[in-house]
This record gives sequence, structure tokens and C-alpha cells, in this order.
Amino acid sequence: MAVRLPRTEVVVIGLGGAGGVAVEPLTAAGRSVIALEAGTRLAPKDFAPDELRNNFRGWPQAAQKANREIPVHRASAQSPDDPRAAIHPMMNGVGGTTLHYWAQSWRLSPWDFRVVSETKRRYGAKRVPAGSTVEDWPFGLEELEPYYDKVEYALGVSGQAGNVNGVIDPRGNIFEGPRARSYPMPPLRGTEFTDLMGAAARRLGWHPFPGPAAINSQVYQNRSQCMYHGYCSRGGCHVSAKSSTAVSTIPRAEASGKLEIVTSAHVTRIYVDDDGRAGGVHYVKDGETYIQPAGVVLLACYTYENTRLLLLSDSARFPHGLANNHGQVGKHYMSHNQAATVNALFPHKLNRWYGLPAQGVGVDEWADDNFDHNELDFIGGGNLWVYSDQRPIAAASMPTFGRAPRWGAEWKAFVAENADRWTTSYLQKTTLPYAENYLDLHPSVKDPLGDRVCRVTADHKDNERRIASFIQDKMEQWFREAGAVATMRGQIGTMGVTTHAYGGTRMGDDPATNVVDRYGFAHEVPNLGVLGASVMGTSGARNPTLTAQALAWRTAEHLAANWSRIAG
Amino acid sequence: MTREVSRREVLKRAALAGAISAAPGQVFAQRADEPYTNLSAAEARTLEAIVARLIPSDARSPGALEAGAARYIDRALGDALAPSRSAYTAGLAALDAHARGAAGKPFAELGAERQDALLRDLEQNVAKNFTPSASAFFELVLEHTLEGTFSDPHYGGNRDFIGWELLGYPGLRLAVLADEQRMDAKNPLVRLSAYDLPMFEKNADGHDDDHHGR
Repeated sequence: MAVRLPRTEVVVIGLGGAGGVAVEPLTAAGRSVIALEAGTRLAPKDFAPDELRNNFRGWPQAAQKANREIPVHRASAQSPDDPRAAIHPMMNGVGGTTLHYWAQSWRLSPWDFRVVSETKRRYGAKRVPAGSTVEDWPFGLEELEPYYDKVEYALGVSGQAGNVNGVIDPRGNIFEGPRARSYPMPPLRGTEFTDLMGAAARRLGWHPFPGPAAINSQVYQNRSQCMYHGYCSRGGCHVSAKSSTAVSTIPRAEASGKLEIVTSAHVTRIYVDDDGRAGGVHYVKDGETYIQPAGVVLLACYTYENTRLLLLSDSARFPHGLANNHGQVGKHYMSHNQAATVNALFPHKLNRWYGLPAQGVGVDEWADDNFDHNELDFIGGGNLWVYSDQRPIAAASMPTFGRAPRWGAEWKAFVAENADRWTTSYLQKTTLPYAENYLDLHPSVKDPLGDRVCRVTADHKDNERRIASFIQDKMEQWFREAGAVATMRGQIGTMGVTTHAYGGTRMGDDPATNVVDRYGFAHEVPNLGVLGASVMGTSGARNPTLTAQALAWRTAEHLAANWSRIAG
Repeated sequence: MTREVSRREVLKRAALAGAISAAPGQVFAQRADEPYTNLSAAEARTLEAIVARLIPSDARSPGALEAGAARYIDRALGDALAPSRSAYTAGLAALDAHARGAAGKPFAELGAERQDALLRDLEQNVAKNFTPSASAFFELVLEHTLEGTFSDPHYGGNRDFIGWELLGYPGLRLAVLADEQRMDAKNPLVRLSAYDLPMFEKNADGHDDDHHGR
């Protein structure tokens, strides 16, 4: 027998990167919010610099809800399922994956909002790849700019502006869209190695710059600056320098007295009332089922779970899943093709043992539409990123560049000499949505409660493969200019479960092709909002989190400003 | 040549490096003469022989066997690597069968060159009677041998920091200065486990602090 709880004004499902941001403007506006979080609270004592635990055993998500519902991937509707991933890449917890992410906090470029119209204008309609379902966003960067600004200052983002009100600053990214003001903090410091890479980029005529990170480069909001200890990737911050929502927006929302957080709460359904509006949610905690009625439901899980929860929440009014009477839930799925990277071997030590993935140098010459595609056979591009970050097990697992076997005495001598003479690169590339790439429910694989898990049907298309090859060429050129003696290209891989997953609840004005409207509320269910990268219609060539957070803040402000109309 | 690092020396280095003074805990607790806890004696002998070839000891430095990689795997098969226990049972038996078929002796009793040739048979997936495949078993053991040689010594491997010495990893520093990131930095070695630092909890996975049942 389910326990029926008193009604609240807003229930937020998932208190991670997006939900954790939305609660601040909502509670500041006086709304009462209950946040249902599947994970627990973590603290600095939980954030040991332990590579085996963090990077190989998938702590802490290995024991979490997310890990019991890992999506199943297949390349196409005709392909068999791939073997299921052992570890979900995202974590549950108050703060979600912002607790252990790389914290790279980019804004999208102006082109990302206007891919269709800009491609038609510059190259002709035929250059939009066949089979792609890409649309322009319902607004441009200028609409989202004030919200990027708000979250950069609310969270604490370090960076070097490249374009303040149209004034280009060559110390920053000269290709970025205009911003109203600089970052709240200067960028993280560089290293001798990233300086070496930056100098090489300039010799090539490129414009290198330090990237933006939600990590303190100096004391901010009474939190420490970064200590560069080398265990940032998939490790929480032992000095709270990483600006996760758990140490920034969520504590302020809690201090308002208007936010109640329920941890270890597994939301199983969103239910609708007789009028077809969202009535609230069902969740399970410690084996007990609760019903939490609410005036407004904000769905703020990760991309896969946002789609899954909608599809599981079917009813007489929504027989194919909530907000899915137009068949758009799960459509327009994208993920970055990050696997197609380039590794490089140098003739000297680099000292990448310390630092963090966000301590690096970027090049945007070949991203988005920053270069002429007239003579090329693709649209879009990639951001090049080289950084200081390496730990022992990963170092010992280094590629041998065809110069040594993978084990034995020869390998041992090679690794002893070269473990600190190699580096990888992080190449994020445009991915477009296609009709053939989508999310749905797996027909048979279920979680422990008996609910079907998400199925990912997706593969890289020609446009994405051509970008990958082109960007790898550029990265090899950069490494060679910097003195690398060998380079090695990674394979493009699959579009399986990833930390950069987009779509499934796309935002747009047309209900026939989009689940949520321009403010993030479902076309079919006006008091149901969706937060996260699942609303993004293009991937950009950079990490999604800051954009998801700016959109979340905007949706929350819109709700607060239009409360009686939306909450009904 | 194995360089012995005493408990007193660990503490001395920690003090020199400005790290928090703490007892080294379980770092060197498991010695070679203790029995294996999950693998049988025969399985352990075979596994020790494998890891000794994957990362061999040589004139320059000790290898995976000395680092305790087999001990690491044995211990982990009782917890984090428990799902791989049956793969080890089957794989180690299949390797011995392969060795007997090819060379007339169990794997551990063969010479190094012969052992390397048999391991290449696994790596290249030409050895028969492995489930699901010889190469899958080889990759499993190689991955776990790397973990056992180069992970934090808390897990029973990387004994005497043999793995970190081999790579030239200077060790844990909770705060790193700009000069310590120079490419030619000669950073003093810090030979501590993360769990020698009292600020970190072992096996931490957060906590529930909300009072439910309003």
C-alpha cells in the first residue's frame, strides 16, 4: 500500500547538474520544492585519490540505481544488442555527476543554435546531411547568454573570455559568441607542457586558449582554489574547489528553507490527473512506495532516464508514454564521437602526473562553422583539447605506438622510459540527430523493480565519420608541430552509453517534432518541465553541462515568473 | 633488485613531503608466505607464473610477481572481482591443459621462453578450449595484473611501490604547486596510500541524512 504524502508546489526528479541548478531560482522565488534524488550525499571524506576505485571500478556508481538500469546499445534496428556496459558512466547523488565530472563548462557557439539556416545560407540546402532530423533551436545564443552568465557566476566558472560584447580578446577563444562580461575567475593555470602546445598552435597560425571550467582558480564563494592533485577525473574534490551543484546552488537553496531533499528515492512513474496534467510522482525508498503529489513536475534525470521515465509513465491519455502522443519521446538522440582521439609520443618527459582534465589548452579553428566547408564533404567540426592528467594504471596501459609489444620484458623497458612521455587528446565533434538514432524501452532487459531499461539504437553516420577523420588530421598536425615523434589515431567506436548524451526530449516550437516548448515545458503536459541535455537539439563540439544548466535556470525562472498559469 | 621500504622510512618521507603523518596501515601487511584466500595452491602457482611473465623481474627492477599482483587478484576475487572468479577457474585450468598438450608440463614448470610462447597463443587466440576465448582470458589477466602492479597499495598490490617506481610516478600530493608541474620537475617521492591520509574513508559511498516518513 503506497504512502500518500502531502502535496508540494514543485517536485524535482534528480538533484544533479540540472536539477541542482533549478532549485536555486525556484526557492529564491519562494516556491516550495521537494527534490527526489536516487543517490546519497557525499562529502570530501568520500573523495579519496584512488585511481583503481574511481576510474576502474566505477565508484560510487557501481553500487547505485544508475548501474542497475544501464541502457543497452545496438548500432541499428537490424543489429543485435552489443554486450551491456558493466558500469553506468553517470552517478547518482546530491550533486549528481557534477561531483566527479571534468567540469569543463563551455557555452555553445552561435552556429550550434542555427545549424540548418546557417548551412543553407552558406552552402545550400543540400549540405544538410540526408536523414538528419536537425532543426534550428527556437532561439539563438543571445537568448541563452544571460542564463549562461547567471550559472557561471552562481556555480563559479574559471576562464578567459574571448569576446566581451563583440570585443575580441586573443587570450581567449576568438571564436566564441559575444558574452556580456568576463568569467567570475581567471582561467586555471597552464603547465609547461600546455604552454609548449600553445606555442606550437600559434606557429600553425591557430589561436590557442585556456578552456572554461567550473573549478575555482582562486577562492570563490568561500571555497578553496584548485589543488591540481591529479585525481579530478571521476573523483570528487577533496577541497570543494570543483563547483558541483552540491557545494554551490544546492546549499543556498537548502538555506532558504524551501527545499526538502529526499535521498535514495527511486522515482518509478510520473502520474497524470484526470485532466491530463502531471499530478505528481511515485517513488520507492527503502522498499516502501510513496506518492508525492505536486503542482509542477520537473524531470531532471540524465538523458537516458528522462526518456525512460516518460515512456514508462503511460496512461489512458498517453498510451505510448507521457508527453509522447506525437511519438517524439526518445527521438533525436546524439552522443559525441569522443573515441576518435589522437595519442602522441614525445622525446622528453611531459610531467602529466598532476593537474586535471580541465587544465589544458584548446583550439577552436576547426570547430563548428569556424572554417570554410565549401570544398569539404561534411558540416560541423571539432574542438581540440590537450591537458595535463595522468594516473599510474592508465599510464601503464599506454599505447605502445608500434614500438613495443603489450607485455613482457620489452614492454616493461618501453613503459619505464615512456610512461610520462606520451599524451592523449580530447576531441569533441559535432554530432547531428538522425531518424535512425533513437532511444526506446528494451523489449526484455529490466531493472530490479521489473521496469524495462532504456535501449539506445544509434551509430555514427558519414558526416560524423568525416569530421572525425578531419579533426584527427588536425590534431596530428598540432602534435607534430609540438615535437611529437609518433602519433596514433583512435577508432571512432560505437554510440553506446556515454557521458555526453543528448536528445530524447528535444526543445522546439513545433509539437510534431519536439517534446518540450522553448521554455522546457512539455507541449502535451504544460505543468511538466524537462531539464538536462535531453532537451538540446544539437550537440555542439563541447561538453554539454553548462548549456544544460543555463537551460535549467531559464526553465526555473520561467516557471517562477509564470507560476499560476503553469501550476494551474 | 627490490628496494625495501621500511615503515619508518615511509613515515620519514611523508614528513619530508609535508604530508600528514599517519600509520601506513595495511600497505605491507600481506607477505608472500601467507596462503592465498580464494585461489587454490595450484591456481595460485599458475597465476604467479603468468604475472611474472607479463611484467617480468629483470636486472633493472622487480616485476608484477614481486609487486604482489597475483596476491591482489586473489584478494579481489573475493570482492570487487568476484564476477571473474569462474573465468579464473576455467582459464587457469585451460592454460595448464594447453601447456601439458604443447609441452608436457603444467605452465608453472616451464621455462620463461616456453611460457611466453604459450601466453602469445592465448593473446592471439590460437589456444583451444577456452571459454569464451583464450584472448578474452589473456586480456582479463593482463588488465588485472596492471591493476595489481600499479594501483594504490591499499588493495594488496604495488607492494613496496614497485609499480610506481617503475613508471616514475612521484606519488600522491594533495596540493601541487606550479613548479611541481614543470616538465623537468624533480619532485621528491611520496610513498603513501590514499588511506594513510586520515581525511579519507575507505569504501566510502556517501550517506542518507534525510529523515523520511514525514
